Amino acid sequence: MKPAPFTYHNPKTIPEAVALLGKLDNAKLLAGGQSLMAMLNMRYAMPDDIVDLNDVEGLAGIELRGDALYIGAMTRQRDIEISPVVKTHCPLLVEALTNVGHRQTRNRGTIGGSLCQLDPSAELPAVAMAMDATILVQGKQGRREIAMADFPLTFMTPAIESDEIVTGVLLPLWPKGHGHAFVEFARRHGDFAVVGVAALLVVGASSRIGRASVTLCGVGARPIRLAEAEKCLLGAAAGPDAFRAAAAHAGAIDAMEDVHASKSYRQQLAETLAERALATALERAVPKT
Amino acid sequence: MADKRTITVTVNGERHQREVETRMTLADFLRHELILTGTHLGCEHGVCGACTVLLNGRTARACLTLAVQADGRSVTTVEGLAAPGGELSPLQQAFWETHGLQCGFCTPGMLVTLTEFLNENPAPTEAEVREVLTGNLCRCTGYQSIVDAALLAAERMRARV
Amino acid sequence: MASLNRFVGARVKRTEDPDLLRGRGRFVDDLHLPGMLEATFVRSPHAHARIKAIEVSAALATPGVRAVLTWKDLPASAQTRIPLLTPNPAIRDPRTQYCLAKEEVCYVGETVAVVVADSRYVAEDAAAMVEVDYDPLPAAAELTTAIQPGAATAHSGSRDNLAAQVKMACGNADEAFKRAAVIVRETFTQHRGCAHPMEARGVLADIHSITGQLTVWCSGQSPFLEKKCLVDLLAWDPVRLRVIHPDVGGGFGPKGIFYSEEAVVAAAAVKLNRPVKWIEDRREHFLATTQERDQVWETELALDSNAKILGLRVSMIHDNGAYLPWGIILPWIAVTTTPGPYVVPNITVEARVVFTNKVPTTPVRGAGRPQGVFAMERILDKAAGEIGIGRDEIRRRNLVQPAQMPYEVGFIYRDGKPVIYDSGDYPACQAKALELADYAGFAARQDLALREGRYIGIGIGSYVEGTGLGPFEGAIVRVQQNGRVTIQTGAAPHGQGHKTTLAQICADQLGVGLDRIDVVTADTDAISMGIGTFASRITVNAGNSVHIAAQAVRQKLLKLAGFLLETAEADLELTDARVSVKGVPGRHKTFAELARTAQGMPGFSFPEGVTCGMEHTEYFSPERSTYCNGTHVAEVEVDIRTGYIKVLRYSVAHDSGNLINPLIVDGQIQGGVAHGIGNALFEWMGYDDNAQPVTTNFGEYLLPMATDVPRVKMAHIETPSPLNPLGVKGAGEGGTIPAAAAITAAIEDALSPFGVKLTQTPVFPQRIVELLKAAGAYAKDAPRRKPVPA
Repeated sequence: MKPAPFTYHNPKTIPEAVALLGKLDNAKLLAGGQSLMAMLNMRYAMPDDIVDLNDVEGLAGIELRGDALYIGAMTRQRDIEISPVVKTHCPLLVEALTNVGHRQTRNRGTIGGSLCQLDPSAELPAVAMAMDATILVQGKQGRREIAMADFPLTFMTPAIESDEIVTGVLLPLWPKGHGHAFVEFARRHGDFAVVGVAALLVVGASSRIGRASVTLCGVGARPIRLAEAEKCLLGAAAGPDAFRAAAAHAGAIDAMEDVHASKSYRQQLAETLAERALATALERAVPKT
Repeated sequence: MADKRTITVTVNGERHQREVETRMTLADFLRHELILTGTHLGCEHGVCGACTVLLNGRTARACLTLAVQADGRSVTTVEGLAAPGGELSPLQQAFWETHGLQCGFCTPGMLVTLTEFLNENPAPTEAEVREVLTGNLCRCTGYQSIVDAALLAAERMRARV
Repeated sequence: MASLNRFVGARVKRTEDPDLLRGRGRFVDDLHLPGMLEATFVRSPHAHARIKAIEVSAALATPGVRAVLTWKDLPASAQTRIPLLTPNPAIRDPRTQYCLAKEEVCYVGETVAVVVADSRYVAEDAAAMVEVDYDPLPAAAELTTAIQPGAATAHSGSRDNLAAQVKMACGNADEAFKRAAVIVRETFTQHRGCAHPMEARGVLADIHSITGQLTVWCSGQSPFLEKKCLVDLLAWDPVRLRVIHPDVGGGFGPKGIFYSEEAVVAAAAVKLNRPVKWIEDRREHFLATTQERDQVWETELALDSNAKILGLRVSMIHDNGAYLPWGIILPWIAVTTTPGPYVVPNITVEARVVFTNKVPTTPVRGAGRPQGVFAMERILDKAAGEIGIGRDEIRRRNLVQPAQMPYEVGFIYRDGKPVIYDSGDYPACQAKALELADYAGFAARQDLALREGRYIGIGIGSYVEGTGLGPFEGAIVRVQQNGRVTIQTGAAPHGQGHKTTLAQICADQLGVGLDRIDVVTADTDAISMGIGTFASRITVNAGNSVHIAAQAVRQKLLKLAGFLLETAEADLELTDARVSVKGVPGRHKTFAELARTAQGMPGFSFPEGVTCGMEHTEYFSPERSTYCNGTHVAEVEVDIRTGYIKVLRYSVAHDSGNLINPLIVDGQIQGGVAHGIGNALFEWMGYDDNAQPVTTNFGEYLLPMATDVPRVKMAHIETPSPLNPLGVKGAGEGGTIPAAAAITAAIEDALSPFGVKLTQTPVFPQRIVELLKAAGAYAKDAPRRKPVPA
């Protein structure tokens, strides 16, 4: 299992990388390599060119920018996992990452790579969707921003041009004291989620839910925000009854069917995990007085 | 014509300069260019962990890394874990005592993963050890003796300090 | 003079480990020779097809490619089918594959051509350019359809897919069923996957430029079987063919058979007069290394009103894949294992071995016994449920009692000898396992769990295993002129620690430390004859050979020393590699001196009774297999909303006779149980309706991880085997054999409030949820339960 031949490029700047992508027909971007290298080894991918982003300046970093958390595309998943800034402001991301692969994968894997791979069961796209993230992109035409809801184009394909690279992601922060939970079902620790749920809650006065975000991954080509579930949570008394009602929406989604799981099993998992995630998020929420 | 690059990689403290085909994996570079055969290939698709090395101090699957990506960087393999005089590291010694290896094929990867882990976690719980080991498969031992070795080594290293 | 017993029975650290820990193992891909080339195989993408033409010119023209070989390029001796090493008169169609496919391919992955190039990278580039024109044929894709009349045949020109039919009986089962008070029936569909040692296969072949010796290094389990096949297939002088297994990264059975790639790589090395290496990658292992796969067991048990077994009837069908490289050993063992540790006076078992267009099946750790055990243990559970007695109690009432040993079952085992359980205390073993597992306290645990909304269950699985399979495994024990002791043996270790255990046995006889002993294994030049390491046979065979040979060498040392020191042998002792006169310091001969004297000097006769050499060769040959046994108890928790299963506790009481190194035996059991957990909960080798493999990487085929396998609580009972001087039995497979049965029983027990029955393995979470749904567990008013921590 050895890669087919390719021409290797390791640009040092973003404009260099963009220029390369602009002129190469059959090129693949190499970020963490945890997905692409396996495909190259198995010869499922045989690009003529590899553009390695690991030497590009200015693509990694974690910082607060106003009310949002900025993470550079080439930031290693492990660095995000152990970042005190992320732990304080965006604990959902940390919890999601504890489910992503294994230590070796997270040491090399990047947030940009995961977002662009758009694997249906991936955790990071689900978090980005849950938080209404903005994807920052740079190409021949310059820079632009894409709302996460518009980012997945089709199965494992982001809505970016062939000369564009994702440079970073902006995650609008939830208020202090919000509750969070990322719960997934996988066959073994670190495996891809069969189904995963990202839940965020703000609990207000008299335990009423002031804000809710419920997102599923593993059920279709893109992570799904459960708008119906969120609507029925808004204003409801935070507790098992409200969560059961919201979870029923999760259980009703039109889940995909494949060799890993049937549609009805995915629906059952979605309902079960949504309920559990919401309960956990509530435990962690600090009610606003 | 094959795409080649000249790279300089420091492996276990020693600098090597070689010309390599850009598609060559770091694992094959270590094993067949430098003849450091302690790093093993069990799957070549990033699951079994037998190829785990330290790349700039962090564990990485050498089968999912290109040799050219190690240019200018440092790599530590299993051959670099024992003391310069040859004395087994506390972790290696613990593996020996707990029967933490049978065929020995997954062992280098296990040792490198646990070396990184114990450096950060001097007092791990058994559950934490098991969790970090999920990136390394073993078909022989059923893992218990490996977990025991990690805990034994951690205890001894804490006692030394 | 009694042996020292310093090492046998002790938990000794392995001598193999320091090198392995330092990364200084020498696995076949670690071996480099000047001028070495690398090979890759072109394999059939079809499950069944005729080959119309093969075009290799583009591949051959690739820079760096040295040869592209197909069937017609092989020497005439290699154009035949590979040998069937274990013939049996019950086999109707003793078919094996060609080294490279001649006209027809019969499974996805079958070898069609080989590309030899400067590197594996280049070889794979060129292999993609080999054009094979296939004419696809209908495939026998699945076991239950392949056995139907009129089914597509796995081989063109065949009438049907029945490779063999075996029927065995003792007593009169039909008559027993007629008078039974209780009859229980069930059909069990069992799947065991693949071996997946962490090191896949590999071969390096080299012709020495001066001697012309062909040396083949192979990641294998049986160097002599391999040599035997290569001598025939290459028409090679046996004196100039050497097969070595270097360090081997696990085997579990499939590395012990002979494969086409071994012959082709050797033939390529001969043809090109350069070393040629082929390393199997993991994808190839999925396609082309043998595995176990599917069996369907129609099982019936007849009992009297006291729950005593009257009779057992089994009709089993077995998917053997496209060929029979290991005959019908696997299904034979499966059915002859069925009675287990129980008194079953009347038995009829029938096995039909079926061809399908899939990779052949051969034994994987457990070798068919897991399936036989599963059928018996689960039908007993069912009977216990119907009769209304405890699952432990029904077993207690039927176990063979110690007073009944040796107990003749009534079958013929795979070695042609009757199945006779020679020794063991099955009731004590079960009692011990139940005690370790706190079985008595389980009902209360289960009650408490239910009240907390948790579902836990417990299951029992017992087995008896024929070990120490003959016909022999030899050892030469030799004291070298430098005073070191060498053991040379045909044993072929791949994780079992043979070098340590055999040294322990020898050290006790010669009174030396382990650091003075060098052990050479798996080398056809190191000893004349051998069989290999599989079937839990080495401790019995090679262990006793070493024991007897070392005893003989001790006698030679004493005799020669006695002569040279002019002292009676009774006044001599062996310590520190010397033979010393007791109580007289300074009066001794060192092992080195004695070995040198025994080498002989021209013209100097040996004294009366002294023979040349300080060595002895022994080929211990057991009279028949010796039976080890064990009882496993598994405790699981099921999350009924996700179907997730966690093994909470696992207990094993195990009797494999006297233990040479309990540390190593513990490791075998823990590792065996892990494999069994894999079989029960994770491992499924999937094929689609066209016999295309659909699980071909470690993301799709799941092996258990460190978070999936609990610490196994173990107790060793040591009932010595009466069939060999050391009193030992085999221990390598017992950890796996009853695991799927115990775990499945535990899951069913956990789900007993819902009445769910599990008759298929492996058991996956989705299946649990489907069964629970059908049983009404998710009805509107069903209470919600807590999640299981992963």
